[in-house]
Amino acid sequence: MGFRRYGNGIAKGMALTFKHLFRKPITTQYPEERLNVSRRTRGTQIIWNRDTCIACSACARACPIGCIDMSTSRGEDKKLKVDNITIDFGLCIFCGLCVEACPVGNAIFLSYNWEYAEYQRSKLVLSNDELLYSNTKQVSGYYHPDVEKTLPEQTLLVNRTNRGKPWD
Amino acid sequence: MTLKTEPFVINLGPVHPSTHGVFRLRATLDGEVVMDIEPIIGYLHRGIEKIAEGRNYKQDIPLTDRLDYVASMSNNLPYVMAVEKLAEIAVPERAEYIRIIMAEMQRIASHLLAVGSLANDLGTFFTPFQYMFREREKIVDLFEMVCGQRLLYNYMRFGGVSHDIPDEFIPALCKLVSTMPGFIDEYDQLLAENEILLARLKGVGILPKELAINSSVSGPMLRASGVEWDIRKVDSYSVYDRFNFDIPTEVIGDCYDRYRVRIQEMRQSVRILEQAIEQLPPGEVLAKVSPRLKPPVGEAYAHIEAPKGELGFYLVSDNSEKPYRLHIRAPSLINLTALREMVIGWKLADAIVIFGSIDICLGEVDR
Repeated sequence: MGFRRYGNGIAKGMALTFKHLFRKPITTQYPEERLNVSRRTRGTQIIWNRDTCIACSACARACPIGCIDMSTSRGEDKKLKVDNITIDFGLCIFCGLCVEACPVGNAIFLSYNWEYAEYQRSKLVLSNDELLYSNTKQVSGYYHPDVEKTLPEQTLLVNRTNRGKPWD
Repeated sequence: MTLKTEPFVINLGPVHPSTHGVFRLRATLDGEVVMDIEPIIGYLHRGIEKIAEGRNYKQDIPLTDRLDYVASMSNNLPYVMAVEKLAEIAVPERAEYIRIIMAEMQRIASHLLAVGSLANDLGTFFTPFQYMFREREKIVDLFEMVCGQRLLYNYMRFGGVSHDIPDEFIPALCKLVSTMPGFIDEYDQLLAENEILLARLKGVGILPKELAINSSVSGPMLRASGVEWDIRKVDSYSVYDRFNFDIPTEVIGDCYDRYRVRIQEMRQSVRILEQAIEQLPPGEVLAKVSPRLKPPVGEAYAHIEAPKGELGFYLVSDNSEKPYRLHIRAPSLINLTALREMVIGWKLADAIVIFGSIDICLGEVDR
């Protein structure tokens, strides 16, 4: 490496850095501005539907870590019903296998919401009515193509351009 | 007059930014020169192989995500291939193509991280890293669109993939693929001729061809040492035989060659992606497989060219719902065995760079 040419590579790199100096920032100010997540988001909640559930426990069996605890019994009309369902969201890995395993297809859902925090671990364990759909929870399109169509389109970084260059 | 120095032992890690995870190196130093090095692993050991024996075949797919967690798609693939071999499940053609698209996108994403963090180990405080992460973000966005999560995908299933790709996926991928060569040029402009990078990487940590073969190193490390060995070509799996691509190799096997091989592999992956998009057939993506899969008694080994090297899954079945034994041939662990030979005689700061150029993922080393 000759003395004369030394610094060429650094100059080339700096030229690129310089080019980026004149573009608009691509960042979003998170709590105020929000990007849309995927329509199939495996969000951090599991939503259970008591009316359609046939109490087959397929979701509990499919769960790789066994965080779904379901106890069932036969009612007076000989039909299975859920006595108690408990899901520990501190354990759940949100793999979506329970949603795939559901034989009726619309008894268990993953949520579209992905912000979920509690001050105490014990509050991450939800059971029965706490698992039902509520206006703070939105159903995700994961494994539910009909729901998927209704959700807003995902914001993709590929589609975000910035004055043609050098982000295009 | 010569200064008398005494060798002394220092610990790097287990929690140290340059070790890419929880990994400990016990280095014996003479001044600044590394005399001996002893990798101590096991800080991230979760016993994945043993846990897998206690769960059924389908429940093990999320476990494989957690091996090389920066390249989860590539981990899903050999596992489902091994089960398919065991249970003789045919995969629809469209699913094969989707798998290849995912695997190649994952290769680009993983190499971007490898190159970015290698530059970080050199002391460029996150500047090239940000450029690499921009493209990685685009790829991760697409993975999120397909399977709903950004890191642990859990996407492949026995006999295909869990979902078909959404309609907006292919246009977005086309856009990514068409712009990607320009971005790789950008990395080259930023790094390839940089004098500081050359001074730190050229001739450092040479892994000779014979040693590379003898220590059964695989992936970009082996190809940087001049061995043209790629599972995609030598033991072609899935539908890789339908694509035109080259195996980039280098000659010397130093850190710079390993960097070059990764950059060129990204270009080849873009080529494969272009062809895969063109050839993508319509049809089913998931073959009918019983949820309580019980493969016949036997054993199967499936391996792929993962971003870090040859990733293989060895499965033994005893005709029950759970695998009798699962063994993972993790490329990171085996590539790491060549570290000691490469590092001895170099300064400690170079040892960090050599270590970074191997590109290991601790989730895969310790399992």
